[in-house]
Amino acid sequence: MFRRLEPQRATLSLTVDGRAIDAAPGDTVAGALLAAGIDVTRRSPVSGTARGAYCGMGVCFECLVTIDGVGSRQACLVPVAAGMVIETGGARRALAEAPRHG
Amino acid sequence: MSPPAARSVDPEADAVIIGGGVVGMALAYGLTDAGLSVLVLDEGDVAHRASRANFALVWVQGKGMTMPDYARWTLRSADLWPAFAADIEREAGLSLAYERRGGVMACLTGEELDARAAALGRLHNAVPGAASVERLDHAGLKALMPEIGPDVAGGTYCPADGHLNSLRLFHGLHAIAGHRGVHYRPNAAVETIEPISGGFRIVTAAGEVQAPRVVLAAGLGNARLAPMVGLHAPVRPQRGEVMVTEKLAPFLTHPVTFLRQTDEGGVMIGDSQEETGFDTATDSQVLAAIAARAMRVFPVLAGARVVRTWSGLRVMSPDGYPVYDTSARCPGASLVTCHSGITLAAVHARVIARAIAGDWPADLAPFSARRFADVPAT
Amino acid sequence: MAEHVDLVIVGAGPAGMAAAVEARRGGLSVAVVDEGPAPGGQIYRNVLEGGARDGILGADYAAGRALAAAFLASGAAYCPEATAFLIERRTAGGFRLGLGRPGRPAGVLVGRAVLIAIGAQERPVPLPGWTLPGVMTAGAAQTLLKASGLVPEGPVVIAGSGPLIPLLVTQYARAGVPVSAVLDTTPAENLRAALPHLPAFLASGYALKGLRLLAAMQRAATVHRHVTGLGAEGDAALEAVRFTVRGRAMRLPARTLLLHQGVVPQISLAMAAGADHRWNAARRAFEPVLTADGETSLPGLHVAGDAGGIAGAAAAEAAGTIAAAAILRRLGGAPAEGAAREAAARRAFARALRGRACLDALFRPDDAVVRPADEVIVCRCEEVTAGTIRALVRRGAQGPNQIKAFCRAGMGPCQGRMCGLTVAELVAGERGISPAEVGHMRLRFPVKPVTVADFAALAEDGEG
Repeated sequence: MFRRLEPQRATLSLTVDGRAIDAAPGDTVAGALLAAGIDVTRRSPVSGTARGAYCGMGVCFECLVTIDGVGSRQACLVPVAAGMVIETGGARRALAEAPRHG
Repeated sequence: MSPPAARSVDPEADAVIIGGGVVGMALAYGLTDAGLSVLVLDEGDVAHRASRANFALVWVQGKGMTMPDYARWTLRSADLWPAFAADIEREAGLSLAYERRGGVMACLTGEELDARAAALGRLHNAVPGAASVERLDHAGLKALMPEIGPDVAGGTYCPADGHLNSLRLFHGLHAIAGHRGVHYRPNAAVETIEPISGGFRIVTAAGEVQAPRVVLAAGLGNARLAPMVGLHAPVRPQRGEVMVTEKLAPFLTHPVTFLRQTDEGGVMIGDSQEETGFDTATDSQVLAAIAARAMRVFPVLAGARVVRTWSGLRVMSPDGYPVYDTSARCPGASLVTCHSGITLAAVHARVIARAIAGDWPADLAPFSARRFADVPAT
Repeated sequence: MAEHVDLVIVGAGPAGMAAAVEARRGGLSVAVVDEGPAPGGQIYRNVLEGGARDGILGADYAAGRALAAAFLASGAAYCPEATAFLIERRTAGGFRLGLGRPGRPAGVLVGRAVLIAIGAQERPVPLPGWTLPGVMTAGAAQTLLKASGLVPEGPVVIAGSGPLIPLLVTQYARAGVPVSAVLDTTPAENLRAALPHLPAFLASGYALKGLRLLAAMQRAATVHRHVTGLGAEGDAALEAVRFTVRGRAMRLPARTLLLHQGVVPQISLAMAAGADHRWNAARRAFEPVLTADGETSLPGLHVAGDAGGIAGAAAAEAAGTIAAAAILRRLGGAPAEGAAREAAARRAFARALRGRACLDALFRPDDAVVRPADEVIVCRCEEVTAGTIRALVRRGAQGPNQIKAFCRAGMGPCQGRMCGLTVAELVAGERGISPAEVGHMRLRFPVKPVTVADFAALAEDGEG
């Protein structure tokens, strides 16, 4: 769980698993999730156990989430944008209608 | 490095198998079934290992187009596979995810489809008891594989085709060998094999061993070793490249020759046939072509993430068919080499191993290297 | 359609930025690709934002601002949020790079020379429970602070060994973030091993800074020394941290556990490209084999900065300048006045290395850290434990490639970044040899997962 030193900067709104959360310009999706109290990004496809961000820099691949319909995105590498729709908790990704360039 | 080994590598074995890949380990399985004690000599961690790089198919369709004996041999192995898989799973305590629901060769044009269907029809007629192959047009293929792309004219479907998890097969054969007391010596690349009274003296990087029987199952290494025991293994490397995706929800239930979804969820996409010698690098242009073809066959794969790519070296004989031989000049030496080591693992374990342990049957004669025009005098 | 430049630089941290500036001064066309949205890499993450957090983050961080500004003004083509996933030598000469870019087709860049400046990653710290949500690296926490002003909620425990720990604790103290405890796992014998290097350390820039940070850390948090037996506990997320200190087993409630055992070079790109690597026993990490110009065993492929061996930001900046000067000479464009800058950079590089041997010895992880107990997950992606790996070695698997084939360790999306070092160490321990002999599992392209369509986009017509 993380909190903001500058809560007044959290002026953007994102949707995560159907509910609205705040985000600040310059956040990564991973940071916005943690600030909103969401620490589970995915479930391991091997055992189903909950996983969350570990390295914060794109090498551990634990923070995989679906962003605006594109699955398996590393949340710590994606800057937030207003209106982003994020889904967490995925394990094996379903492919129907996956955009060509993720 | 480990200290230099003593003169003798291991306790005496009835048979030494050179090569710890799927071919060698399937033979070890069969030889131990026949009551022989076995020593397997293997190279180290970095070695050419087709066992790690293959496509995991147990495939019948289209095999033996120019050698009906091979079509029969392949079908015989595929028909032995269900029981073989069950035995391995029970003894190794793991699942091979072996499935035999049939497989498809997808064709992008009507001409290709017609030509293939005709060729398979001729093969079927030439081989009594051959597996049936059905020609599917686009609609028929779509019923089997809903995600098939609109560009695909159709395909040929053979109910005898199947696939499995070949890495677990490899692991399982090693585990069983361990349980059964097979001695496994890695870092023991073979330098020379010398016929001696009563058998063979094998000099390896890890020391020497003597045994009454030696089996060459060393893949590309067989070419150098075979003449030492009066045999001929004219094999060359042929590179194939593969990419595999992230784990995906199930979407493909039947393997296509160059594309299949594994039991763990990743989709394996191949392939290529490159004459690049022993180079195991990958080539972006080849991978680009593999990816482009995959997207034509299953457009939905365009957005799937590729997690790994690799290349493997097929062990190719001049006509692409196996070489099985037993040495006349050096009795007790035999040679087993092929590029379909997964499909043929069942007959290697159940039939070839028995031939090695006992009498070499006449019906293996078509697979002798004598069929090649350039066999050196032995 | 491939874009052709003289020099492609992968990574916009201090090494990459300095190299771009120098190469541009020499008149080369330069493209810099980086995964992040702004220049700075990890150490200067978000440094151009405006300085509001300089008071928390410190002067060393703020010093990166000038370099980032110079980089943006240099005229290098800058491609943020682009992932170099493939580097290949072209038969026509130079290198082809595949670039993944979210929401757009993959691009192809062709460079006559390539500089890899992708920096370091935190050494993975496999311990019981390390896959629980709430367990992160100290570096991840610092990135969240730099990028977004985010701080962990308590109780916060920081554990491990390395210079980032006192820095982070001090930064948190300035930000008013309480830290429950610092669990220092630095083994006692490391102090003895570091002693011979102490004079050089005291003469270097690190000594005074380091001692100040250590003193600040002591004031800010309870510090337990020579901690062993670390474990993270919890059901669906982290709830507590257990450890042993002075023979006593202890347990602290925790919602956030920040781990740190130093950083190691990111070897993925250079290793997948086929460059030779060696094992650095003092640092217990693999590094590319480099000349004094930072050139790998592949002519025209250079590495600068922490990706070539951990030496810090000042050394990285100097190494970037040195590599660019060498590349300028190779491509035939070295300006006369560049010689003085290169000489200055070489002096700066040598100065920056002074004192590193002491840090290396002091913070060298011991076997308990890099060779975890059997029940610990080593490959997070495929959930393979240390015990499985050791058992495979006992059964005859000789190295990481066979182990990968038998248990899938290294086959997940992280491609061995979290488990490669541990697998090499476990095999070494089980076989009684050095990780140098064991080697790293073979790495291949793509070094980051990109789509099937991205691969198809690499096709070039007749360029070979």
